[in-house]
Amino acid sequence: MQKMNPYKIDIGAVYSHKPSMHNSVKSGTFQAQEKELVFDIDMTDYDDVRRCCSSADICNKCWTLMTIAMRILDRALAEDFGFQHRFWVYSGRRGVHCWVCDESARKLSQAERSAVAEYLSVVKGGEDTIKKVQLSDPIHPFIRKSITVVEKYFEQYALVGQDILENKQNWEKVLALLPETVREALQKDFQKARSSVERWEKLKKCLHSQDLKKGAYAAKEIMLQYCYPRLDVNVSKGVNHLLKSPFSVHPKTGRISVPIDFRRLDQFDPFAVPTISLICSELDNVNIKEEQESPGEGEPEVKRKTRDYKRTSLAPYVKVFEQFLDKLDQSRKGELLLKSDLKREF
Amino acid sequence: MQFSRGRNLKLNPRLTGDRKGEHYPFSLQFYQVPPTENISLSEFETFAIERLKILKSIENLGVSYVKGSVEYNTKLENELRKLKFPYRPPQNDISDDVYDERRKDHISHFILRLAYCQSEDLRRWFIQQEMDLFRFRFNQLPRQKVQEFLKYSGLEYLAISEDEKKQHHDDLLNSTYGLSSTKLEELDFYKVRFQDALDLVRPRKVFLLQGFAYIPHTDIVTLILNEFRTRLSKALALSARSLPVVQSDERLQPLLSHLSHSYVGQDFSSQRNTGKISLDQIDALSAKSFPLCMRQLHKSLREHHHLRHGGRMQYGLFLKGIGLTLEQALQFWRLEFTKGKVDSEKFDKGYAYSIRHNYGKEGKRTDYTPYSCMKIIVSNPPSQGDYHGCPFRHSDPELLKQKLQSFKVSSTGINQILDLVKGMHYQLACQKYFELTHNVDDCGFSLNHPNQYFIESQKLLTGGQEIKKEQTSGESSQSNPQSQITSSSSSALMNTQSEDMEDLEQFFNEY
Repeated sequence: MQKMNPYKIDIGAVYSHKPSMHNSVKSGTFQAQEKELVFDIDMTDYDDVRRCCSSADICNKCWTLMTIAMRILDRALAEDFGFQHRFWVYSGRRGVHCWVCDESARKLSQAERSAVAEYLSVVKGGEDTIKKVQLSDPIHPFIRKSITVVEKYFEQYALVGQDILENKQNWEKVLALLPETVREALQKDFQKARSSVERWEKLKKCLHSQDLKKGAYAAKEIMLQYCYPRLDVNVSKGVNHLLKSPFSVHPKTGRISVPIDFRRLDQFDPFAVPTISLICSELDNVNIKEEQESPGEGEPEVKRKTRDYKRTSLAPYVKVFEQFLDKLDQSRKGELLLKSDLKREF
Repeated sequence: MQFSRGRNLKLNPRLTGDRKGEHYPFSLQFYQVPPTENISLSEFETFAIERLKILKSIENLGVSYVKGSVEYNTKLENELRKLKFPYRPPQNDISDDVYDERRKDHISHFILRLAYCQSEDLRRWFIQQEMDLFRFRFNQLPRQKVQEFLKYSGLEYLAISEDEKKQHHDDLLNSTYGLSSTKLEELDFYKVRFQDALDLVRPRKVFLLQGFAYIPHTDIVTLILNEFRTRLSKALALSARSLPVVQSDERLQPLLSHLSHSYVGQDFSSQRNTGKISLDQIDALSAKSFPLCMRQLHKSLREHHHLRHGGRMQYGLFLKGIGLTLEQALQFWRLEFTKGKVDSEKFDKGYAYSIRHNYGKEGKRTDYTPYSCMKIIVSNPPSQGDYHGCPFRHSDPELLKQKLQSFKVSSTGINQILDLVKGMHYQLACQKYFELTHNVDDCGFSLNHPNQYFIESQKLLTGGQEIKKEQTSGESSQSNPQSQITSSSSSALMNTQSEDMEDLEQFFNEY
């Protein structure tokens, strides 16, 4: 690894043969055998509903979107699909990745992966669609549970933070998502009200009072359109898609792609993630200090080197990774035990 | 299947009542056991053609009607009756006629397996049509027959207990469309791995918990179809492996390859157009002869000097289909991309590979074919920042209307198009758009490919010069008997569907 000094490392699938040999085996026999089920959420995909930044930029305000996304997906993957080992990683710049590492997830076929991804996609449509969320009656339990998550963040994030109903230009966008019958009345109401929060209340009240067949879920649909995670389905679908390895350095920002501690998700701050230069200087400092403190003490050089990361700000992140691996290891051992038990029975 | 040495040995076994029931107890089957009897070549041919006919009409019906609707069902039933295929279980005992129908169904299925196992594309088409046929027949079965059939096929599912049902009462109720609380009480639910019910998982039509899907009895057809597909696709893969043995039989080889050629008729990857178009023509062509989806992609490319992956694939392969050479394609994309944020070096590193890949010059070295309407409509829907997809399927009606207005389509025309869109007839809507923009009353073809749209449009606009060329090339190769098969299938390109089938029959007659 050190000899090659790679610019970046991507992780793909486990293949039936060594990839370097893929030209020498019969065509068709070189096949991807298994890969973690991965999800890639990118802030760029939220551009039409963010006011603070656009394209590759992020800030603390819009990071909430990622928090919401992770909460919703993590719950669904765990409860609906029963996946135990979900590993969330900050990509280094503007998004997050999720690696689902259960054995059953690794063995999913392409069709199965795309079905999972589509089950999880709610916001649909490209540049040519205005209304990207359409709920049907009855509301599926998955959607209901997702809305509960969104509700927790919606006021603080969308109404206060993004201020989506701040002025006419912005609320027009929201009104366009509502049935035509209520638009005019709300237009007037909105002008009178003073803040986004107030306007949102008016909107909900108005929808509530009218007996709407079509727009019964309009408020919920707006919430989802503004906050629901937007997946890159194609990344999850392919068994042979590549994804950047955790702990690699993002080429543009220099930030390390670090694991996210799910128990402290709300505290995660992408701007506090160490960059490569920070770590280098930390390492330099450590070495200088050590040399000053204990010159010439015969500690074995090798041992010290392997633990270098523990002296940098990367340490807590590595710990998260190790905990994840431990759990994975345990469940694997459990499965093996189970298997051998079964064998003895026969 | 065995083919006897005697060519015209006609063996038509008449069996007694009991045996008949044993052979084919149901109007549908999983086609697990291949037929072992001897059949004559002429029967082989008729069976094959008739099955192909039925599969083709299934495909056409699926485009023009909503699958499972009353119209769809009656039309399909008529087709099946006309061609003497089994469609619904008879009231009384299995008569000779019924037996013949079922035998034909059985044998013809296996013949087409041989013809359609050769490539990924053919297999996909075959599986799709066979599944639609199976679904139709399964839905015709009366309730008690369903249980019998499942038992016969070795597919039994265990219903969940009442307690479990009560526990998830609300969730079950909310995940199934049009289910009332009382109905829920009566209904059996089956708990299966979610992988076995993908068609229900995908559109979120089933309750999921801990990786298990809870399937109501009413949706059991999904499970069965899934099973049908898995078995069929495995069987096709197996057939493909043993195909060389069958192909070495010189009586069957031409038959089989001709059968598979006649599927959808057209292959737009063919190289016959290459080099006919120069880059500076594209702007003009895009306004005149591109279908809406491609026109939209072209416009967005010119505006943003960039297209995301889905757009590059859909548009790039279309351009390849209308005749851009690899060199032209590289030049075209480079010119446009370097006007935007991408510099020449980045283009070579990031984008040139995939263009060469499309032309079969990299990686797997497959010569990729342009996307069909079906593929564009069904797979990979556009998301944020994407301009690909089918504008009739993936645009809001309001935006579609504006777009059509800007292209100066009359308001009555727009309304007609929007009505078709509402009825989910996206291809018919596109066809209407063709008729309106080309000022013809009836375009005279059924549209299923963007490149077909282009060819037809050019044909109209250039006054049929294309056809003449096509015919002469067809005639010239007639003299060479070796290439007869390929030439007759390529001359069928311009024919409509029904003529295509006649063509096929003619081929067999001559043979």
